[in-house]
Amino acid sequence: MNRLNRRHRGEWPRRARSLPLLTGALAILFAYMAIADGAHAQVTFDRLVNSAKEPQNWMTYSGDYLGRRFSALDQVNTTNVRTLTAKWVYQTAATGKLETSPLLVDGILYATAQDNRAFALDARTGRPIWMFQHPLPGDIRPCCGRVNRGLAILGDKVFLGTLDAHVIALDAKTGNVVWDVVAADYRTGHSFTVAPLAVKDLVVIGVSGGEYGVRGFIDAYDAATGKLRWRFYTVPGPGEPGNDTWEGDSWKVGGAPAWNTGTYDAVTNQIFWPTGNPAPSNRGEGRAGDNLYSNTLLALNANTGKLNWHFQFTKHDEHDWDATQVPVIIDTGGKHLIAQANRNGFFYVIDRTNGKLLSANAYGKITWSDEKDAEGRPVANQNASPTLEGHTVCPGALGTTNFMAPTYDPQTGLFYVTARDQCDIFSTAPQPYEAGHAYYGSAYFPSEEAKPYHGFLKAIDPATGQVKWKFEHTSPTWSGVLSTAGGLVFTGDAEGNFIAMDAAVGKPLWHFQMGGAVYAPPIAFAVDGKEYVAIAAGSAVYAFGLP
Amino acid sequence: MIVAALVSSAFAFAADDRNPMAGDPQAAKAGEYQFRINCALCHGLGARGGGRGPDLTRAQKKHTHSDAEMFQVISNGIAGTAMPANGTNGQGVGMTDEEIGQIIAYIRSQEVKASSQAVGNAARGKELFYGDGNCSLCHMVAGKGGRLGPELTSVGGSRTPEAIIDSVRNPSRRLAWGLTEGTKEFPQEYESVKVITADGKEINGVTLNEDSFTVQIMDRSEQIYLLEKNKLRSFQKSRESTMPKYNADTLSDRDLNDIVAYLISVGAK
Repeated sequence: MNRLNRRHRGEWPRRARSLPLLTGALAILFAYMAIADGAHAQVTFDRLVNSAKEPQNWMTYSGDYLGRRFSALDQVNTTNVRTLTAKWVYQTAATGKLETSPLLVDGILYATAQDNRAFALDARTGRPIWMFQHPLPGDIRPCCGRVNRGLAILGDKVFLGTLDAHVIALDAKTGNVVWDVVAADYRTGHSFTVAPLAVKDLVVIGVSGGEYGVRGFIDAYDAATGKLRWRFYTVPGPGEPGNDTWEGDSWKVGGAPAWNTGTYDAVTNQIFWPTGNPAPSNRGEGRAGDNLYSNTLLALNANTGKLNWHFQFTKHDEHDWDATQVPVIIDTGGKHLIAQANRNGFFYVIDRTNGKLLSANAYGKITWSDEKDAEGRPVANQNASPTLEGHTVCPGALGTTNFMAPTYDPQTGLFYVTARDQCDIFSTAPQPYEAGHAYYGSAYFPSEEAKPYHGFLKAIDPATGQVKWKFEHTSPTWSGVLSTAGGLVFTGDAEGNFIAMDAAVGKPLWHFQMGGAVYAPPIAFAVDGKEYVAIAAGSAVYAFGLP
Repeated sequence: MIVAALVSSAFAFAADDRNPMAGDPQAAKAGEYQFRINCALCHGLGARGGGRGPDLTRAQKKHTHSDAEMFQVISNGIAGTAMPANGTNGQGVGMTDEEIGQIIAYIRSQEVKASSQAVGNAARGKELFYGDGNCSLCHMVAGKGGRLGPELTSVGGSRTPEAIIDSVRNPSRRLAWGLTEGTKEFPQEYESVKVITADGKEINGVTLNEDSFTVQIMDRSEQIYLLEKNKLRSFQKSRESTMPKYNADTLSDRDLNDIVAYLISVGAK
């Protein structure tokens, strides 16, 4: 299939066709203006490390390497946010959920949509600059929607992971394919939904497929060529430390995917990447042991992919509680920490110099653990395991939180996370592994007694692990959260509202009805000195600014 | 034509359209596990019905009679309904023919062998529904009736008599069926609501929809109110159903059975 056919049809911007006709003085003038603006400058690793110096841009999944999803912009603030207004809407023509977190570099917004669409927009107007769609085979195996959470950018390229397990580099100016490599066989359940992370000259990406019994891995590709530079298998092979935490050959189909974007500490050159559930997700029988490195935070040397330390949140998980939530880097009181609001209902604070657990506090409704081990880690109660007939455990399989990106606001010192209180009936049954078939070891069901479910935005004090305030949504939401120096937190809801709240107390100050449920996290950026806040909802991307 | 298509597969149905695994308890047990993974989110644990998914323990089903028809429905879905084709629920490649055969064996093992035809007089039930039973004040069937409660045209085709009777005797036990967005029986929950507006007007009814900032309400006279929450004096919601609880004194077993017979006669069409 040629490149033009791959492109998303129908809404091609007419003006773009005449661009190649620009010649001579006009082109030179445009080039000069671009340089004067700083537009189209290379996104160097140095810029990514020092992203705090250019708060107008949003150059990584979380807006920085630290996972904070905090914007230092304060033009939109608690005083004027009530006047915030929609500036543009971009319809992706995709159906289904948008989980994308856009990137913003020098006035251009880069984002993704269902079925491996990617596009670049003029961030002032929402007008498309280029559109790309990777052609997918008909028999891909996404577990939970044909979703994608965004791109990475480095140099003059953006990077996309696909549902058929390709990693693709696109020219950031044109959307043309620069390289396209196959990481794994999609027919055995491998896919990519994660936004990759560009570190140094590498593109780091974690595989999905915990519901298909893949052997999870995190890959690093040479950003220039697409050559695989290292791979870290999240399930150790024979002879490697941790392989003995798997019964028999169960490690071969052990899962432990790595489908959410990690963080990076430039000082120690470590990548912190979290992993997901062991497979089969709801059945521990047949995989006796801790099942390393499922549901684990991995500290990897960025150059080599070698493991420095690990911390396993949920040992031998039987509830599908992927620990893939963003590990947020926080420095406070002379301590070098990582904080994570985990799907299993506990908020963990870890010393990132050595991986030692400092605290674990419940931030939602939990029934699965009443005790902690010697290290302070919550351990599962005897009766928490799924049974043949099924019994109720809290949180449910969707977790207290899930892929929704959290935020840490250094001004309030609070960690904000989307949370839900929902319990599920977990049942289990034997299921043989069949390559490429869903491999759950049975199933879970929302518990009727728990209805209605409750959904919140919670503000957690990492120093104490206590919830300082909470805002209850009408129903649980899948939206991520953004904090800004304007004293605001932004989030979306399942009813389609985009909401700005006072970060100190959780009071809504502004909202806008976008007409579609939110599954994505917000970002903030500035163009021409004007601050914008953007988020995907329904099938579209929205941008808001002051009048 | 269905049979011809099936004969070409390794998993062949008998000439009488019977599942080759019919009556095999091991197949039924394997089918129970498959059912939980693939079917139970909509059709409920034990196949007793979920939100959109009909109760499959009913011996008489709307879309299938023979095992071969059931195989066809599971394989290809039912056009115009929420029933998807095998492998199209976004979770990959779906079940093998053998696994579908196991599921059919399981469903058959769960069927209540007694006829689900309610013991009642449908003609008399219709009179009661639209008359002394007062059902049609709030419920619509086939375009006639009220709007405050759920529309009930198809309920007799997807629920057992026991489930319908329970929802009349204990209307608050559960409001709408269905647990997740994609599997809900109705687009609304039918939560009861009581509102006092800024000027002191009291409104009682059910929520049509709601978000953090607004609420849309139908009151008992079917008037629709579109309200902003921050402008209300009070706003109270309850999962105590607006529907009165009918006990044997207010609606005899015989009358209720007749009404159920009427709903089944309409829903089976």
